[in-house]
Amino acid sequence: MNRLMVWLPLGVFAILVGFFFKGLTLDPREQPSALIGQPVPAFELTDLNTGQLLSREMLPKEPFLLNVWASWCITCQVEHPYLTKLSEQMPVVGLNYKDTETAAKNWLQKLGDPYAMQIFDPSGRLGLDLGVAGAPETFLVDSSGVIHLRIQGEVNDRVFTQKIQPMLEMIQ
Amino acid sequence: MIKTILVAFALAASMSVHAAIETYQFDSPEQEARFRQLGYELRCPKCQNQAIGDSDAEISGDLRAEVYRMLKEGATDAEIKDFMVARYGRYVLYSPPLDKQTLILWFGPAGLLVLGGILVVLRIRQSKKALEEGESQA
Repeated sequence: MNRLMVWLPLGVFAILVGFFFKGLTLDPREQPSALIGQPVPAFELTDLNTGQLLSREMLPKEPFLLNVWASWCITCQVEHPYLTKLSEQMPVVGLNYKDTETAAKNWLQKLGDPYAMQIFDPSGRLGLDLGVAGAPETFLVDSSGVIHLRIQGEVNDRVFTQKIQPMLEMIQ
Repeated sequence: MIKTILVAFALAASMSVHAAIETYQFDSPEQEARFRQLGYELRCPKCQNQAIGDSDAEISGDLRAEVYRMLKEGATDAEIKDFMVARYGRYVLYSPPLDKQTLILWFGPAGLLVLGGILVVLRIRQSKKALEEGESQA
């Protein structure tokens, strides 16, 4: 009994160290999306560039990235060159989130438009249905329109190789 | 006199600040109370630990507007919470429902308290015993 009492604090300490160590590598801002395994919510919004009415049925019939962005979002500018590069490899659909038409168009004109289509969502309605908390966010969607992955924040080489690529190989 | 003027200014200033914040019109005081209550119970998805009711984040404003819209349409509190959970996950609930996944969350602290209590009792008994043994030997 006495022996146990001597070792108990060390045991508790070790457990705490374990938790804290795990905590070091966790990002509390990263939350699991409630929409993993769910289809992209239905929507009827216009294309920012063409003015054409878009719906869920018109999304690409192959795995694609759905990138939530806005002209007011700094990180979106940072990830833009990388998304442009990625767009040669797979379709990237834009979801212009809570933006104005002119600002968004200017942004694309200045930085280039790699998007396969551009869903214009000024009210943020589709963003809300997707559980978007802010821009940028990127979803990996499969050929039948089901969401498999949600990336909060910048998409870059590290995120692609560590998260997107493995999931992409699984759903292809 | 100066005091009165100052108070008047302060009041005027605070009113204009208030007006700049969102203004929601409610059908009844009950509805307004439910709006406030939901504002306390729903958590801002962008913040670490803030309810949507007292967060300045853009998303919190959007969610408040959504709560308001649903209240006006006659949705129940449960429907509004389900709507939020379907989009933002369990994270948005400050008081998550009791089930397998949240068992540790609900009973962990009480469990630790009981465990600690047992340890303390054992410890006291032990030292008492040791003391008594020491006395009988003496």
